[in-house]
Amino acid sequence: MTSATLTSGATLGSQRVSEDVRYHEDAIRLFVIAAVFWGVVGFLAGTFIALQLAFPALNLGLEWTSFGRLRPVHTSAVIFAFGGNVLLATSLYSVQRTCRQHLFGGEGLAKFIFWNYNVFIVLAALSYVLGFTQGKEYAEPEWILDLYLTVVWVLYAVQFIGTVMTRRESHIYVANWFFMAFILTVAILHIGNNVNVPVSLFGMKSYTYVSGVQSAMVQWWYGHNAVGFFLTAGFLGIMYYFVPKRAERPVYSYRLSIVHFWTLIFLYIWAGPHHLHYTSLPDWAQTLGMTFSIMLWMPSWGGMINGIMTLSGAWDKLRTDPVLRFLVTSVAFYGMSTFEGPLMSVKPVNALSHYTDWTVGHVHSGALGWVAFISFGAIYYLVPVLWKRSQLYSLRLVSYHFWTATIGIVLYITAMWVSGIMQGLMWRAYDNLGFLQYSFVETVAAMHPFYVIRAMGGVLFVTGALIMVYNLWRTAKGDVRIEKPYVTTPHKATVGAA
Amino acid sequence: MDLDSITVMLRSFWTVWLMLLLTGILVYAMWPGNRRTFDDAAQIPLKDDGQEL
Repeated sequence: MTSATLTSGATLGSQRVSEDVRYHEDAIRLFVIAAVFWGVVGFLAGTFIALQLAFPALNLGLEWTSFGRLRPVHTSAVIFAFGGNVLLATSLYSVQRTCRQHLFGGEGLAKFIFWNYNVFIVLAALSYVLGFTQGKEYAEPEWILDLYLTVVWVLYAVQFIGTVMTRRESHIYVANWFFMAFILTVAILHIGNNVNVPVSLFGMKSYTYVSGVQSAMVQWWYGHNAVGFFLTAGFLGIMYYFVPKRAERPVYSYRLSIVHFWTLIFLYIWAGPHHLHYTSLPDWAQTLGMTFSIMLWMPSWGGMINGIMTLSGAWDKLRTDPVLRFLVTSVAFYGMSTFEGPLMSVKPVNALSHYTDWTVGHVHSGALGWVAFISFGAIYYLVPVLWKRSQLYSLRLVSYHFWTATIGIVLYITAMWVSGIMQGLMWRAYDNLGFLQYSFVETVAAMHPFYVIRAMGGVLFVTGALIMVYNLWRTAKGDVRIEKPYVTTPHKATVGAA
Repeated sequence: MDLDSITVMLRSFWTVWLMLLLTGILVYAMWPGNRRTFDDAAQIPLKDDGQEL
């Protein structure tokens, strides 16, 4: 116990820690390595399928490398492999520190979760390539793999919630609320959406228990809340720990964070029907989904303001700390994509945007801008800490990564806005005799240049990730790049005044 | 009136119940007496990191 801890414990009026808190970090290092590895794999897969859309010859004429099979490999690799390992690493890292307690179940359970979660990912990817799928977006793994994931996820819940329950800090910090909502809701969603009847005991094939429009509604109750609780609540947990940590300032408003949490939890769960506008889903359910999506503006922007305003009084750090720049830009992208999402859920807007590339662009402004950027920020924070290095190999390289990836995202989402709106307008264009003006293939041909631009954006995003891999590798080795440092001293005027 | 019809009746006021719940959360979050607790809680991530095993 250091005297600093005692002092802070006493002044903050919270429960004193009576003995050393020794944290588990071996498994967290593994999660970080896996996250970086799967990130690169997922981004490469995405870039490759983007190129397939621009140049269909890249399907290679093989069933295993066709777009239809590689697309779920990409989505699962970025969401569940990259995002999942990031969430496991950051949640198990920060829960120990915010609870002042080591992991419940110890290093052994964490490593067991690590290996089994990652084996699940490999098996799922292999099954897609071999042609096994439930045909449900983001829920492609067949029943046997679903059962496997359920076991792993329950163990993760036991480890995380067990750590919270054995905490030595009296208050449960808000990041842990978000992580717990993420873990519990994903468990419920996963089970609810995978109630399947296998065709045979030893076969992969299964059918969903519910059918028809109910099946579609269950799927998008799952699908939208996978966005809401996996890609939002979980990563908001990262925001509430790592932004204050890196900025060395408490969160802007803890009260707002409580309101943010409960309103987000209440509203998100109802928004799923907006994926089924103008389908056979009853109209009242569509309107319900739209209404709750619009109400989501409030918690989303409340959370964004809370994250960004945490820097108030320390804005200069954005100039001198590219890691913090990643974290804060991610929150800005969160604000942007959560503005766009409710807009697109409005039925007349959706009539234009649905089934077009606009949706794809929207997803990627959230996935690349929010989820990946906050992950990069957290990883850049974690690697020097976990490998016991005083600093990153190079902050300049972090900045190069930041700008390369940002330009990549801008290329991606602008190309998809133009392509998507054009596609939507072409689909609904009539000539003066009342016939559809364009055949489907004409819309595809018109989208080609934007597919190329989008793939270029993907190439830039992968390039940025490779810069990160190099930087992290050298950091772990203990190297420090000789480079022009960022000026962290206060402005001359301030120094003069002092 | 059996339990089922009471449930149905209460469920039809679900917007009211949700509003009451939200109001409760807002009151809890903004209650002046809770300010100190929340200010302390906001400091949790900034405390000493402790040691690794």
